[in-house]
Amino acid sequence: MKLYCLSGHPTLPCNVLKFKSTTIMLDCGLDMTSTLNFLPLPLVQSPRLSNLPGWSLKDGNAFLDKELKECSGHVFVDSVPEFCLPETELIDLSTVDVILISNYHCMMALPYITEHTGFSGTVYATEPTVQIGRLLMEELVNFIERVPKAQSASLWKNKDIQRLLPSPLKDAVEVSTWRRCYTMQEVNSALSKIQLVGYSQKIELFGAVQVTPLSSGYALGSSNWIIQSHYEKVSYVSGSSLLTTHPQPMDQASLKNSDVLILTGLTQIPTANPDGMVGEFCSNLALTVRNGGNVLVPCYPSGVIYDLLECLYQYIDSAGLSNIPFYFISPVANSSLEFSQIFAEWLCHNKQTKVYLPEPPFPHAELIQTNKLKHYPSLHGDFSSDFRQPCVVFTGHPSLRFGDVVHFMELWGKSSLNTVIFTEPDFSYLEALAPYQPLAMKCIYCPIDTRLNFIQVSKLLKEVQPLHVVCPEQYIQPPPAQSHRMDLMIDCQPPAMSYRRAEVLALPFKRRYEKIEIMPEVSPAETAVCFQLADALVPMEIKPGISLATVSAVLHTKDNKHILQPPPRPAQPTGGKKRKRATEDIPDCKVLKPLLSGSIPVEQFVQTLEKHGFSDIKVEDTAKGHIVLLQEAETLIQIEEDSTHIICDNDEMLRVRLRDLVLKFLQKF
Amino acid sequence: MPAGPSGTSHRRPCEGDGPVPPVWRRPVSAPLSLSSVPKCGARGSQRGLPGTLRVSRGRRPCARPRRARDLASPGTDRQTRSRPRQSPCPPQPPESARPDCMTEGLPAPSAGLAGISGLTMDPECSQLLPALCAVLADPRQPVADDTCLEKLLDWFKTVTEAGSSLLLLQENPCLVELLCHMLKPQDLSSRVLSFSLRLTGVLAAQEDCFQYLQQGELLPKLFGEAGPLGGAAWTSPAVRSGWIQGLRSLAQHPSALHFLAHCGAVDTIFSLQEDSSLFVASAAGQLLVHILGLSMQGPAGAPPSLQAGDWPACAQKIVGHIEESLRATATPQITQALNVLTTTFGHCHDPWTQVLWVQLSPLVAGLLEKDPIPAAHSLVDLLLSVARSPGLSSSSCGLWETLAQTLSHLSPTQAGPLALGILKLQDCPQALRAQAFAVLLQPLACVLKAMAQDPGPSGVPDGTVGDSMTAGTPLPSKAACVGLLCRSLAHLELLLPLPQRPCPWPQALLLGAAVTLLQLCGGSARPACDMGRHLCTLLLGCVRVQRAALDFLGALSDGTGPRELVTQVFAVLLEYLRSPDSSPTVLKKAFQATFRWLLSSPKTPGCWDLDPHALLFLRDLLPVLQKRLCSPCWEVRDSSLEFLTQMTRHWGGQAGFRHALLASEVPKLTEQLLRDPESYVRASAVTAMGQLSSQGLCVPPAGPEHQGGQQKSLLVELLHILSTDSEGFPRRAVMQVFTQWLRDSHADVAGDTEQFVAGVLQVASQDLDWEVRAQGLELALVFLEQTLGQPRSHCPHAVTPPVEAPVGPLAQALQPLCRVRLFDFAFRALFDCDRPVAQKSCDLLLFLRAKTASSSGLQESQSSPNVASVEAALQRWQAGDQAQPLGDLEPEVVLAVLRSLDLEGLRGALAESSDHVEKSPQSLLQDMLATVGVLGENEADCY
Repeated sequence: MKLYCLSGHPTLPCNVLKFKSTTIMLDCGLDMTSTLNFLPLPLVQSPRLSNLPGWSLKDGNAFLDKELKECSGHVFVDSVPEFCLPETELIDLSTVDVILISNYHCMMALPYITEHTGFSGTVYATEPTVQIGRLLMEELVNFIERVPKAQSASLWKNKDIQRLLPSPLKDAVEVSTWRRCYTMQEVNSALSKIQLVGYSQKIELFGAVQVTPLSSGYALGSSNWIIQSHYEKVSYVSGSSLLTTHPQPMDQASLKNSDVLILTGLTQIPTANPDGMVGEFCSNLALTVRNGGNVLVPCYPSGVIYDLLECLYQYIDSAGLSNIPFYFISPVANSSLEFSQIFAEWLCHNKQTKVYLPEPPFPHAELIQTNKLKHYPSLHGDFSSDFRQPCVVFTGHPSLRFGDVVHFMELWGKSSLNTVIFTEPDFSYLEALAPYQPLAMKCIYCPIDTRLNFIQVSKLLKEVQPLHVVCPEQYIQPPPAQSHRMDLMIDCQPPAMSYRRAEVLALPFKRRYEKIEIMPEVSPAETAVCFQLADALVPMEIKPGISLATVSAVLHTKDNKHILQPPPRPAQPTGGKKRKRATEDIPDCKVLKPLLSGSIPVEQFVQTLEKHGFSDIKVEDTAKGHIVLLQEAETLIQIEEDSTHIICDNDEMLRVRLRDLVLKFLQKF
Repeated sequence: MPAGPSGTSHRRPCEGDGPVPPVWRRPVSAPLSLSSVPKCGARGSQRGLPGTLRVSRGRRPCARPRRARDLASPGTDRQTRSRPRQSPCPPQPPESARPDCMTEGLPAPSAGLAGISGLTMDPECSQLLPALCAVLADPRQPVADDTCLEKLLDWFKTVTEAGSSLLLLQENPCLVELLCHMLKPQDLSSRVLSFSLRLTGVLAAQEDCFQYLQQGELLPKLFGEAGPLGGAAWTSPAVRSGWIQGLRSLAQHPSALHFLAHCGAVDTIFSLQEDSSLFVASAAGQLLVHILGLSMQGPAGAPPSLQAGDWPACAQKIVGHIEESLRATATPQITQALNVLTTTFGHCHDPWTQVLWVQLSPLVAGLLEKDPIPAAHSLVDLLLSVARSPGLSSSSCGLWETLAQTLSHLSPTQAGPLALGILKLQDCPQALRAQAFAVLLQPLACVLKAMAQDPGPSGVPDGTVGDSMTAGTPLPSKAACVGLLCRSLAHLELLLPLPQRPCPWPQALLLGAAVTLLQLCGGSARPACDMGRHLCTLLLGCVRVQRAALDFLGALSDGTGPRELVTQVFAVLLEYLRSPDSSPTVLKKAFQATFRWLLSSPKTPGCWDLDPHALLFLRDLLPVLQKRLCSPCWEVRDSSLEFLTQMTRHWGGQAGFRHALLASEVPKLTEQLLRDPESYVRASAVTAMGQLSSQGLCVPPAGPEHQGGQQKSLLVELLHILSTDSEGFPRRAVMQVFTQWLRDSHADVAGDTEQFVAGVLQVASQDLDWEVRAQGLELALVFLEQTLGQPRSHCPHAVTPPVEAPVGPLAQALQPLCRVRLFDFAFRALFDCDRPVAQKSCDLLLFLRAKTASSSGLQESQSSPNVASVEAALQRWQAGDQAQPLGDLEPEVVLAVLRSLDLEGLRGALAESSDHVEKSPQSLLQDMLATVGVLGENEADCY
């Protein structure tokens, strides 16, 4: 069993598992941190951005000044943002049989895989994952396509040139594989390959393995996966959460007794407690708005935003902010808010029960109803006329490189009254802000990551007790900035195996057993034969606890299923012909010769030989056993652990005699 | 600060609840005769159905301490009672209930002594007693409430303490009959049996009564094998407890000792030490101590022998038992022995205790040889008890050596309390003190060592970093580590204010340890070694340690420390105040510690302002405070406001602080919190705003709703809260602020004080919360003092214009009081159904009367029609009809009414607890009988 690791990002995994003749891709996350190297895409022409000076080499060579721009000491690529794809060279992705998706954040690379690699398999995901994943992709495509950029920079990617660039461009990995965003057509095509599944649904893959999604508690429809055969079980834990937020709680019990547990998608901010961060978020929001400032929250259109809106719903009245407008701007804002209300079966128990009252599960419905929360597809249109300040704006993209957020950054960045509050943990807020420097507005970093932290992982592993744990290399040592925090790493026994991008791991996994069925489906006429086959199994105990039985049958293997069938019946003697001897008729009968087991005690064997008239016996010890030398008869009996040879020249009688003496010491069945 | 959530309820009790004493000092006109004044109590009693039995539900055992709330809010405690009309003859027990052999074997009571009985028990009770005894002896009559039995027993104790028990028995033969009745095999309730045993003990405490009961063989029968001890009733813990307590009361004289020895009670007590009921086991231990002490007293006048071999047999038996227990292998037995010894040394300081200790100390020391040491906690208690005993000369009996040995043998967790106890001792060898202090410091030193970059923390006293917890050995589990650290911090904090605390005090070490601990818990510490990293993992995010360390750090602010350490202290406090992960309780403690450290920061001579470092810190602190004032967690907003109030109170007048505060958003945010949805926060905001306003640090309200409109003054805003807030806490806070403002002649108030006071009193008088009304009287008193020129006792630093003594005639001085309707408010409060309000009003009026008595020049108009109408109105008020106002009062009328009221009498009556009327023993007996009677009626109703 092998694991091909195609992504180096621990929370945006993309791994391929080869297991029992199946090739299963586990998630296909898209690393979008590469976009931080690019200049933002302003929705309306930004004089500041367009007038940034071009970058030139130390020696004054300015051949890159069209591609690279300098802003407050940082260098950015002036081009359409590109994304870092999963590794495509490590394994032929056309051989991937299925792709299992854990949550909507971990499927953003799907169009690249399904549309450009010859992939012809099936993708499995839950319905909310697909629907919200579609919204995220749609928003992404929309953000990028609506501000077409003629220029496409590629010169800087040349390895020789990249070496000359300042950090972080110099250190960016695999830049040659960075790709532009996919199109909506590709998205639709990719999504059409998805087959919807429900929690605990068992899906057979070619009869070899069974895959099952389990609730992971992280997001609407988010799942962990169990991949199991009859005797092996692999658990794949991706983004999971034990906190009580809106999704269904995590199913931990089903992860028990795994041979291998692949652990990815832990919290990116292990030192930040989500509750504390929500408190910070609310406090800073209130503080800004009370001072007459605006609050900008760069966010994804789904996920934590639901929880934030719920917190604000409870908080705004107490903070005296009831009359402050909240705006949610995204091409998919409306769909996201509405979808969240209809996935009742995927929600936590409290929210599920609301549906039967009937009430909308999320309180943002009431915020919308009372006009406290308004949503718009974009800045243009109704928003411009409704817009009043001070206000709170939720909009994307959290990288601050594209989307409506770019406009608000340009608009509000100059005033210290305003605040940008970062809640999404996927991007470094300092890097995100770099092209907006100098910036007067306040910046608050309140990353809210509800995924498992190391304490929870430690408890989880104690609970489910997998034989082996496999995880990204980032999880087996404390973060570089906090090397003393031994609590910020996975601590389990045996130590977890780690992987990194473009690495192939042989998982410590021995397949020892296969399930073989005895004619599971037989016609009534064959039932008797089948019973005969079963009846023939008479186990004999050869050691305490170990029984053996012999069986003579034909083994059929098809679709990874092994079936024993009765041996073919002897051909009926045709009339008129001379009846042949049975031995000639069924050659298989030779197989019925008894099987031998046991060992030969040399001393007793020698005594027996002596009893039977052999003299002048000499015994030699060898590395593998003994050699009994019958000097007179010029015969050698070589006794080894798993074989015994009688070597005598042309004296078949003697050989048979000796053989029979040897056989006396062995058990037969 | 307003009262916390534990404050009294806002429910206004029913008017007329409970009896109110007559208030008229003398009848001023015919209708005002004392008997004609309707009483609230009378009104209340009318609610009971005449002729039916109502039993007081408010009365509970005397043993139970009255709850603070009962005392604070008497109106809620007043229960109307009506009792069955008792016929002149008390009910006699039914013939069937009378035992045949009640007085069998006892000498006949002497009739000649009956005349003295009045000294011990009043005739009414004596009359009721036979019926009650009959009820108790009758198993068919259940005693509904065993608290009544407790009260009854208390009463008997009082009676026997005041007089002769023998006389009591002789005068009330029913008591003996009751006790005899207990010996009959019947299905008696264990409560009554237990009561009887205890009553017997109380009676037999006097030797003559003991002899009297002995003659009838009653005592051996009750306490010996023939009594409950050998019967089925013994399975009830209540009976066993009654048996022990009975003997405890009885064992007061040598005859009792003889009795105990004779009936084999001591052996039973030994076995009861292992009783399954903790109460019984504990009482058995106490009884053993008592018997030991009694037996060692010996015959009167003869000091006990100092040779253990010459001790009385009973004492020797007990000591032998203790010795045997100390040699036992089972920990419970050792614990019992140690507890008995601890009590003995704690209560008795006679010379023989030293002999006892000398005899037993080798056995106690022997416990230290065992591994693990059994009953370590009890051992520590014993050693400390011995060490504190003035009867023992510690140096001569090897106690110090034993203590030192124990300190070194016990685990750090067990040794902590012993070390603290040793350090609290007045005279103790220096070496032992050093050893004890090292034990307390050890966990902290260990933390410092684990975090030190270079080996060996500086400033750690020699021997502090012990070997058990540090070098090489892994730290204990998280729970053990946290427990040890918290205890260590708590012990050191207790030690901090004591005069006998170790000297030199390692202030720098302790500061460093507290800071390090906080850094470890907060995740900001950077340990250099594996042990430090392990410690970091154990303590990360541990709220218990955070709280303990912050408390300790706050306590350390009384001392000084190196500048760099103080900087670290402020840095770590700021880290905690900033951290989004600080829990509300941790944050509150961080605020408290911060305030204490700011208070202790060095001051520039001659200037009360904060020092430059503290001011720099303040600049970092205020943004944090701003954010905390906006927290979604109300506890955080509340603590932040409290902190702000404290800071403003101390530094509100100082330029540096004022400048920093006014430059921040804090005052504006505080003003907004006046409208917080949480009442506690509103209350804290009111207090904070009152303080800010007093210091001139208030910004005019400019909330969103005020934009563009006319800005309201804070006074108007607070008045609005006082009259409209649905919760009591903010209203109480407003009253406190207003009172303070009046005292300080706040600018908003000084402009038109009379209007202010009139407005506030009018609103306060209507308030449903008694604390608001009481605070209204406080404000009225301040106004009264100011008007009549009482020298101010409050707020010596307040800058206020001097109040001139009234120069004009008294009437002129009283005019402002009449104009603000102060008397209307005070008279109304006089009849308030809540006792503290009435008391306060009484005090105020008494104060006024005293003031006016010395003044001359004002003639009372006693017979004026105005006075009569006022008095009539007051009568109606007292009767509960407060609808009619008094109207405009003239000073003369007020004075006349004031003098006609029996205010002293009222104050005396109000000073009594609300149930004083029902506290008499007669009432108790009636209640108990009534309970049975009610039950009987119900039975009859069933048919």
